[in-house]
Amino acid sequence: MNQMTEIALEHAITNVAPQVNAKMRGRDVNVFYGAKQALFDVNLDIGERQVTSLIGPSGCGKSTFLRCLNRMNDTIDIARMVGDITLDGQDIYDPKIDVVELRARVGMVFQKPNPFPKSIFENVAYGPKIHGLASNKTDLEEIVVTSLKKASLFDEVKDRLHEPGTGLSGGQQQRLCIARAIAVSPEVILMDEPCSALDPIATAKIEELIDELRANFTIVIVTHSMQQAARVSQRTAFFHLGILVEEGATEQIFTAPSDKRTQDYVTGRFG
Amino acid sequence: MAGQHIVASFDEELGQIDRLIRDMGDLAQAMVTAATQSLLDNDVPLAQRVISDDVVMDARQRELDERAIALIAKRQPMAQDLRAVVGAIRMASDLERIGDLAKNISKRVSAVGQGAMQRKLSHSIDGMAQLVRAQLAGVIDNYVGRNPQALVTLRADDENIDVQYTAVFRELLTYMMEDPRNITACTHLLFCAKNLERIGDHATNIAENAYYVMVGQQLPLHRPKLDETSISGASA
Repeated sequence: MNQMTEIALEHAITNVAPQVNAKMRGRDVNVFYGAKQALFDVNLDIGERQVTSLIGPSGCGKSTFLRCLNRMNDTIDIARMVGDITLDGQDIYDPKIDVVELRARVGMVFQKPNPFPKSIFENVAYGPKIHGLASNKTDLEEIVVTSLKKASLFDEVKDRLHEPGTGLSGGQQQRLCIARAIAVSPEVILMDEPCSALDPIATAKIEELIDELRANFTIVIVTHSMQQAARVSQRTAFFHLGILVEEGATEQIFTAPSDKRTQDYVTGRFG
Repeated sequence: MAGQHIVASFDEELGQIDRLIRDMGDLAQAMVTAATQSLLDNDVPLAQRVISDDVVMDARQRELDERAIALIAKRQPMAQDLRAVVGAIRMASDLERIGDLAKNISKRVSAVGQGAMQRKLSHSIDGMAQLVRAQLAGVIDNYVGRNPQALVTLRADDENIDVQYTAVFRELLTYMMEDPRNITACTHLLFCAKNLERIGDHATNIAENAYYVMVGQQLPLHRPKLDETSISGASA
């Protein structure tokens, strides 16, 4: 018995979650779509320069939470958010906050690549232009080239920067959208199933890119692929029926989750 | 393993791997029992049977390895499923080693020879063999019965085997000093005792892996170690 207590103690000590240096914090986040509640008292920290993945079955609220992080839900009339979300300690739902500026700091990449019907160059240059990040044409060109390089796309498109972005392959289009998100120097990048429309090679390229971007950006990714969450993220949060069931180091979530629901989900026992 | 997978064949494949571990566990126990019995009774045909059983053990391990690797490739198991598969690969390798050690004991049966003196010498390791058999049986039973707490206790019990091994070591040394004609038989018996002690260590490994499979946490590293033959005993 004594020995068991000792083991339990040792486990308790080794299992203390590492302190997350939080870039964003969600506190008691509740979201309603009309009368229907989609999120219930979610408390989640997003670690700085880390990849946090949000996993869970369809309709569990993971995308809803992601969209709260840059107020994308504001665009849905019936959506209502109660609770606190902060970016560097600042309330992002404060009425004084400029939402356009917020979305420049917290960028987003969507499930389906959605380049503007313009040239590759214009796609990336658009954001810096409207935010006034470039003082002249040379500056702008430099931002475009750097962003394309950071998105690992430059070498593939350098000879056709003025061709339409929609002419690229799906994987290239998605990297173009990432380049477009990076161009406005965001601090956080939200990705909503960025690889679900891509083939395995294009997916691998995006995953490699996510790993590189982690050095400079805080990334939150919603994914349906558990293997992808396991590969790209350092922290994983599991949502179920609008509740944040468990959050922890990715390794722990996929090797020894503590909640039965997480266990059932990651091992494929319900879907 | 609580709960069914959405894909039923996944459950079947995990079940097959678990069954192979149980089979190998049963075979390992039978081999260790037969090996010590053949040594104590100088039963050469029984010893031969252990040697041929080892072929079966090796084949089972290969089958388990292949099934486990195929399952990982096909299903990408997570959480307790991943632990079960990786744990099975490790436990199978310990069980296979136990088979090898039992075979090695059996191979020495004819070298130890018969005669009243040899039988008396062999009996000095009888007590140790009983401890090892009980240890192995306990580990296998508690893996099959999914009883992690009992495994923690069993793991600590390996200490008793080490103590017994030290005693056997000293006893055999005394016989050799008493009469140099005992040296050949005693040396073989010393190897047999060492093999039994190693079987105990593999049983401990299995206990640790089985615990990890069930609980998801590693047991603490340090465990009392009381085999003195490698330090003070050797210089005495």
